[in-house]
Amino acid sequence: MISYILRRTLAAVILLLVVTAVTFAIFFLLPRLAGQTADQLAQQYIGKSPTQADIEAVKQNLGLDQPVYVQYWDFIKGIVSGATYDLGPTTAHCSAPCFGYSFKTHVEVWPQLTDRLPVTVSLAAGAAVLWLVGGVTAGVISALKPRSFADRTFMGIALAGVSLPMFFTGQLALFLFTFQWPIFGREYVPFTENPSQWANTLFPAWCSLALLYSAIYARLTRSGMLETMNEDFIRSARAKGLRERKVVVRHGLRAALTPIITVFGMDLGLLLGGAVITETVFSLHGIGEYAVQSIRDNDLPPILGVTLLAAFFVVLANFLVDLLYAAADPRVRIS
Amino acid sequence: MTELSKTGAAVGEPVKGPSDGSTAFLDVRDLKVHFPTDDGLVKSVDGLSFSLEKGKTLCIVGESGSGKSVTSLAVMGLHRLGARGKNVRMSGEIWLGGKELISAEPDEVRRLRGREMAMIFQDPLSAMHPYYTIGSQIVEAYRVHHDVNKKTARKRAIEMLDRVGIPEPGKRVDNYPHEFSGGMRQRAMIAMALVNNPELLIADEPTTALDVTVQAQILDLIRDLQKEFGSAVVLITHDLGVVAEIADDVLVMYGGRCVERGSVDDVFERPQHPYTWGLLGSMPRIDRETSERLIPVKGQPPSLINVPSGCAFHPRCPYADIPKGDVTRTVRPELQPVGSGHFSACHLSAEDRTRIWTEEIAPKL
Amino acid sequence: MEGKQTIMRRSTLAAVAVVGSASLLLSACSKADDKSDNNGSKSAGANAATKDVVNASTQKGGTVTYEYSDVPDSFDPGNTYYAYMYNLSRLYARPLMTFKPGAGESGNELVPDLASAPGEPSDGGKTWTYKLRPGLKYEDGTPITAKDVKYAVERSNFARDVLSLGPSYFQQFLEGGDKYKGPYKDKSDKGISSIQTPDDNTIVFKLNRAFQEFDYLVATPQTAPVPKAKDTGVDYVKKIVSSGSYKFESYQEGKEAVLVRNENWDAKTDPLRKQYPDKVVVKLKVNAETIDQDVMAGKAIDLGGTGVQAATQAKVVNSSDQKANTDNTYGGRLVYMAINTKLAPFDKVECRKAVEFAVNKVSVQTALGGPIRGDIASTVLPPDIPGYQKSDLYATPGNKGDVAKAKEQLKACGKTSIDTNISARSDRPAEIDAATAIIDSLKKVGINASLKQFPSGKYFTDAAGVPKFNKKQNIGLHMMQWGADWPSGYGFLQQILHSDAIGDSGNTNLSQLDNKDVDSLLEKAIASQDQGERDGLYAEIDKKAMEEAALVPLTYFKVLLYRPAGFTNLVSTAAFSGQYDYLNIGTTKK
Repeated sequence: MISYILRRTLAAVILLLVVTAVTFAIFFLLPRLAGQTADQLAQQYIGKSPTQADIEAVKQNLGLDQPVYVQYWDFIKGIVSGATYDLGPTTAHCSAPCFGYSFKTHVEVWPQLTDRLPVTVSLAAGAAVLWLVGGVTAGVISALKPRSFADRTFMGIALAGVSLPMFFTGQLALFLFTFQWPIFGREYVPFTENPSQWANTLFPAWCSLALLYSAIYARLTRSGMLETMNEDFIRSARAKGLRERKVVVRHGLRAALTPIITVFGMDLGLLLGGAVITETVFSLHGIGEYAVQSIRDNDLPPILGVTLLAAFFVVLANFLVDLLYAAADPRVRIS
Repeated sequence: MTELSKTGAAVGEPVKGPSDGSTAFLDVRDLKVHFPTDDGLVKSVDGLSFSLEKGKTLCIVGESGSGKSVTSLAVMGLHRLGARGKNVRMSGEIWLGGKELISAEPDEVRRLRGREMAMIFQDPLSAMHPYYTIGSQIVEAYRVHHDVNKKTARKRAIEMLDRVGIPEPGKRVDNYPHEFSGGMRQRAMIAMALVNNPELLIADEPTTALDVTVQAQILDLIRDLQKEFGSAVVLITHDLGVVAEIADDVLVMYGGRCVERGSVDDVFERPQHPYTWGLLGSMPRIDRETSERLIPVKGQPPSLINVPSGCAFHPRCPYADIPKGDVTRTVRPELQPVGSGHFSACHLSAEDRTRIWTEEIAPKL
Repeated sequence: MEGKQTIMRRSTLAAVAVVGSASLLLSACSKADDKSDNNGSKSAGANAATKDVVNASTQKGGTVTYEYSDVPDSFDPGNTYYAYMYNLSRLYARPLMTFKPGAGESGNELVPDLASAPGEPSDGGKTWTYKLRPGLKYEDGTPITAKDVKYAVERSNFARDVLSLGPSYFQQFLEGGDKYKGPYKDKSDKGISSIQTPDDNTIVFKLNRAFQEFDYLVATPQTAPVPKAKDTGVDYVKKIVSSGSYKFESYQEGKEAVLVRNENWDAKTDPLRKQYPDKVVVKLKVNAETIDQDVMAGKAIDLGGTGVQAATQAKVVNSSDQKANTDNTYGGRLVYMAINTKLAPFDKVECRKAVEFAVNKVSVQTALGGPIRGDIASTVLPPDIPGYQKSDLYATPGNKGDVAKAKEQLKACGKTSIDTNISARSDRPAEIDAATAIIDSLKKVGINASLKQFPSGKYFTDAAGVPKFNKKQNIGLHMMQWGADWPSGYGFLQQILHSDAIGDSGNTNLSQLDNKDVDSLLEKAIASQDQGERDGLYAEIDKKAMEEAALVPLTYFKVLLYRPAGFTNLVSTAAFSGQYDYLNIGTTKK
């Protein structure tokens, strides 16, 4: 088990290195290969009509005058052992993990990430609970009574949920529940400050996001349940004389849920890297919003930071899902 | 619902018997199980009757799709459950220990399931839940019908595992199905079926998925347990070797109907139906030279939607032209007594049947 | 400018969030005309805030909320270039001079802020002396001195490695500005020698040339004092020391800033600020539709001042009630197409004139969102910039283009057809639509232009702003928008017409106009002490540029602001691209 964890960790570190390298290449190496000079790059981080002296100063300060591999190495070094940055009158040491300072605003990246993470986690976690409960319930009901009215209703909603883009449902939820009938708050309140207001504010966002996902989960659950309920072991369970509810929940759902848990873990991992559109629509200052802003500003350190964080969550989710799967399905052995 | 007595009748209710006063423990009368589908009505079982006493073993034989398994599931009341439950059409009567099951409330039947009647399935790997231990699955089966704590139930489960010949049952009880070998799994399955001492045990091809040596052990086990518990056993198989070994009575099914029924001696020594002859001809025998090829029954099993008119077997029957006119093609033969407790549904005259059997079939077997 | 991507004082993102259905908007406009038929409703009427202060009130208290769909470059007065931040920062950072809160073009008037009077020029406009008002204090009660103003200019203009987002005019105009290394590298107490502080209340700027519009330069937040001891460079934005009527209560990067009354601000030192609301909240990254909802509900002011979203616009202009709450005004910007005067055959003026005559400006205006989003233009200077003089050198019937005249010019140029390319920014749908409309009208006279799109983030650094690139790609026409850094002819024209503005990359003189007359007229104007004379010269330069057919003016950009109810002292000023002046907005709500 310990060697398994060690191996997985090592693989994860290598994967994250590759992710940073690829991200770095996309935003820095490719433009250079396409003929962009360090001067042109530096100009993007200066106000207007920069003098050559301005460009040189910025280039030097951001390290853009270095070869690309040195810049990459400095970035990695910063994460591992921290780095020292020039603030102007003084220097600041940014301790590991140091994702550097924004090229554009010169604000340190890591505090921005840790600052925004609770928002994204709140959004993802709340939505996840809703969609898991809603989606699985709808899926089970649909599967138990296929072609019934309930089935058709749920599956109709599910189809709509998958098809409607987030910026539509989100915008609609926002319009209806915060403007038309303002029953929900709009200002994000940290959970630690006021849990009920936290939930109240996030609820429309949760619902919008959950609608999208519960649609997928309802369909997953439905097809999983339909398949499972035809299994021989379900017949055996009934042959024992078990009540149907117990057959469905303890035998059917238990088996159908395992693959769903895997998907769920991955989805959650992905979401923790930022729900870009939802955060934008509901003006939530989360990781996704930061990512969009950074990409628009071509601001490399935050881009790398967000990418790395998102990749980390995906890798972590992957790992947890594997552990969970092994726990859920006795046939799976970790080695 | 009042608590059921061991005889299967509700306490305080008069024990009702079949309308003709028959006292057989299991009595199936004119059972029909039809499934409406988009292609038409599938008549899986179409007018089947048989009865079975406690302590006796009935073997139902026939090809795949002849209605064997559908019959057993009908007795267990399993057709009505699940998403497809609404789609099944059942009629006729199934009497078990004086209680009619088709007209009974589903929950009444559920209380009988696993306790009065239990079932063993063909593939024990898929028939057991992969995520629960063998022990917990047996415990669950016991506790549905017995209000005992987990510890007692577990003791009972270990006892049963021991009884069906699982070594180190105290340890193996916590194993998962995939950790058992095929034979072990079927033993566990049997332990699970018998944990409530059912009076009727239905075994649906219990040995098909197992290799030959294990098959014999499992059959021996079922036979031993039957003696010990005095249960009635319905064994579904397409393997006449198994039948010869274990059956008291044999029921041959074809196209959802019974074509021949009788004691194992009657059916093996004096078979009265061309389909039975065909089955016997296809049976491998140890005392025969292996160079001789098995003679399977030629042709395809009949469609259960468009059952052939007249005798359902006539398209495959080599003797269909012997009876005069096109009676085999137009008139459905009824089950007729052809000896004491021996029935057959065939248009051939008794003379023809005796002649063909003794002259053409028996010598080749 | 509109150069360096999105950062520019007058632009704010230039979002111009237009508008799939231009026709819808057109019909909307024709229906709801400018007559405010507000029977009994309290609205001041359409465009009221462009004519006078709306809801003038001295009521105190309450919270004024600003919302913005994006993030500003910085709240640090020494590190920002956005017009709305120039506007807003005055609440906590007082520059030497500022614009007088006034409607429309009257807002272009400069008034002393930290200084007690406008700059005293000497040495023919090369030396400028300002006297600070007496009794000025920071939020912590310490006195504001001329040294702090000097230091603020030094850090914002000469520490470009870390504070790079603002303009660097002082670096260019101060004597020895190219030599000084900035206060962070040059740790001597002396600082730059061309800014002198003979006493704590006097500051003298010595320039390398005569610059008669220097008062405009000191009206940027870069002259707002920063105490050297409290300057943390990059981190100063987190702890800005206020010299204005409000100070920071909290600041969350990229999210929110909360300003509260600065108790050490003294009204006696400040004829402009009134300190009406108790609190000013600035919310960032708010969904654009949410902002519109809040603005219309009277809950917030759109900080960016770019106007409402397309959907809201359609709704608003269709309702006469709601239209009465709008201000549709010039944004101090010209939407135009530059003609590359260095690329054959457009190096011949006749070929350029052919383009001038060919363009159907009505179809371009429609593509840009209709009259609400801009009036058809015929000069380089927009009407709200001093120096504007009405003129139309290439008038065509109904502004719809004149094929015959265009062909005539083409013939004079010795061509029957031209193959060229037109550059536009891929992430600005309206600009793409406008370019497409232009391509259609050019085709009619035999000029075949193909559209080349580039992301706006790289438009100036890597594409249209790189002369070599344009030559290689045969890009003869460039879509462009321009707003001035300060509202004067020089501020507007210098960067897009002077040959000095041509660079290897980041070029903003997209026409690459290298005209001795234009250059010398510009120099002459900026050295002229008399504003009337200067304005006359600007009009002359404008005319000269049009004679040279250096660019095709398309529209004078307009914004449609929704005037939120419940806020007081709303006045749309030309000095800040038509935004409301944020200095004294109060609220009637508690």
